[in-house]
Amino acid sequence: MRSKKNASSTEERVAISEGNVAAQTTRSSVLGPHSSALHALTVIRTYLRLGLLNMVQYRTNFFFELFGVTVHLATALLGLAVIFNQTSSLNGWSSSELVMLVGIQTILGSLLGLVIEPSFQTFMENVRLGTLDFMLTKPADSQVMVTFQRVEGGAIAGTIAGATILGIGIARHGERIGAGQALLFAAMLLVGIVIMYSFLLILSTLAFWFVKLDNVLVIFGTTFDQAGRWPIGIYPGWLKGTLTFIIPIAFVVTVPAQALSGRVNALNVAGACLLAAAFLLGARWFWRYGLKHYTGASS
Amino acid sequence: MASARAGAFSPGNLAAFYRQRFKVDLALQVAYRGATFIWLFSLIVQPLVSLVVWRTVADSQGGSAGGFTAGQYAAYFLAVMVVNQMTFMWHMWEIEWRVRTGVYSGILLRPMHPIHEDLVANLSFKAFTLVPLIPICVLLAVIFDAQFDTRPVDIVAFVPAVALALGLRYTIEWALGLIAFWVTRAAAIHQLWASVTFFLAGQMAPLSLFPKPIQVIATVLPFRWMLSFPVEVLLGRLSGRGILAGLGMQVLWLAIAIVVMRAVWSRAANHYSAVGG
Repeated sequence: MRSKKNASSTEERVAISEGNVAAQTTRSSVLGPHSSALHALTVIRTYLRLGLLNMVQYRTNFFFELFGVTVHLATALLGLAVIFNQTSSLNGWSSSELVMLVGIQTILGSLLGLVIEPSFQTFMENVRLGTLDFMLTKPADSQVMVTFQRVEGGAIAGTIAGATILGIGIARHGERIGAGQALLFAAMLLVGIVIMYSFLLILSTLAFWFVKLDNVLVIFGTTFDQAGRWPIGIYPGWLKGTLTFIIPIAFVVTVPAQALSGRVNALNVAGACLLAAAFLLGARWFWRYGLKHYTGASS
Repeated sequence: MASARAGAFSPGNLAAFYRQRFKVDLALQVAYRGATFIWLFSLIVQPLVSLVVWRTVADSQGGSAGGFTAGQYAAYFLAVMVVNQMTFMWHMWEIEWRVRTGVYSGILLRPMHPIHEDLVANLSFKAFTLVPLIPICVLLAVIFDAQFDTRPVDIVAFVPAVALALGLRYTIEWALGLIAFWVTRAAAIHQLWASVTFFLAGQMAPLSLFPKPIQVIATVLPFRWMLSFPVEVLLGRLSGRGILAGLGMQVLWLAIAIVVMRAVWSRAANHYSAVGG
């Protein structure tokens, strides 16, 4: 809804940003291939800065996002209250551990809405309309540009709300969290983001073959919103398998939460890291393969 | 203006409109089946997750919690899945988009009350998606070992109960959608309504698990009658007298909702002003 309203102005902004990126691009491509990672960082920073400027421009959106995520979190926490009225632990998880899980899920969901979802949606739209060709002519990594091309700054509200809930969960949990634990948590969170991102990149890349695909992101979004709020252990085997390999949200939310409460085992950590690496490499390969397959709008 | 003339349609004309429109909408559902099935997917996931969660609660309490066994929880949420599919509506959210983009300018010129057109679209979606939903529910009932205590009389009573629930939820939410004629960001209000409904209509958990005051609120207000009541009927949890009283409450609330909806609509139509139309 909101994006429709602001679509035209966002496009203008992006147009400005693209000029900006291109200018910086020519400068760094002179420097040679060694600076490509640095160059990618410049591109990313420029897009993020523009997203932030957009958010400052449309402040009201931020407050509506904040209201929305507050209602969402209140619903989730009230639901937990009803459940823990009947039992003291859910599959070995205490109520404060589940509050932490909800916080982590909210943070990850907001990152999804901040960059990944809007960018990939724009990408699929660009494939359909043929405007992707303009982006491909630019001297920067196409995957980086496609990933960061649209930033919905208002989604930061979710990050703030999620971090607050996570803090409340940690405080209620009452156990001291050591530096090693915190570090492991941060690492597992990163692993989760990588899995989520790679999976969505693979789905979006399919747009090179199937043009009308935008609803496919909805499937992931719904599953993440609904199923991601609970520890993976509660699901029966066939659903566990689905949520690990077909719609991979198992490692994304549960493992970071386990890391925080110090209940993660080495096997899970290794499994999550392996899965993330495989997904990232696979997604990168598939993106390049898709790009080769792409023939442009006019052909 | 449009609503003033809406009364001019005879039941025969209206029935002919519904028949033709239903055919057109059904063809649309078939044409855009990809999008339709993704909608169906979201209607399945949410109750399925609740089912798993509450089965886990029951298992952790030795097989039964809050008056439901694990199998009864499975039956409860499968019934919620079906009843929610039959009673939900999306037009509440769509009205805001129509007002903002000026689509309503054209709709207001038509001689018929616009609620009919939306209702047909809603019914055609349900007719189309019920076909895959029923076998999916049967499969899930087998997988999760669902335990239904349904008597024959419950199946008979379920038909009017779910029809009235659909009418009630549809009328209320359509009227709520009209808030968009006055407020630009009505979606925030709609989201709040959806969250309250999630609890008080029994989607999150059976109403009997909530504290007494909340149960009273859900029963006095229309919430229980929009979803929970047909579910309770289908599961065989109500006595004959309870079923009759419930149907009475549904009729009462439906009458109130229709009166309110008509009053809001005539004000909304007069208040409407399109930008750049």
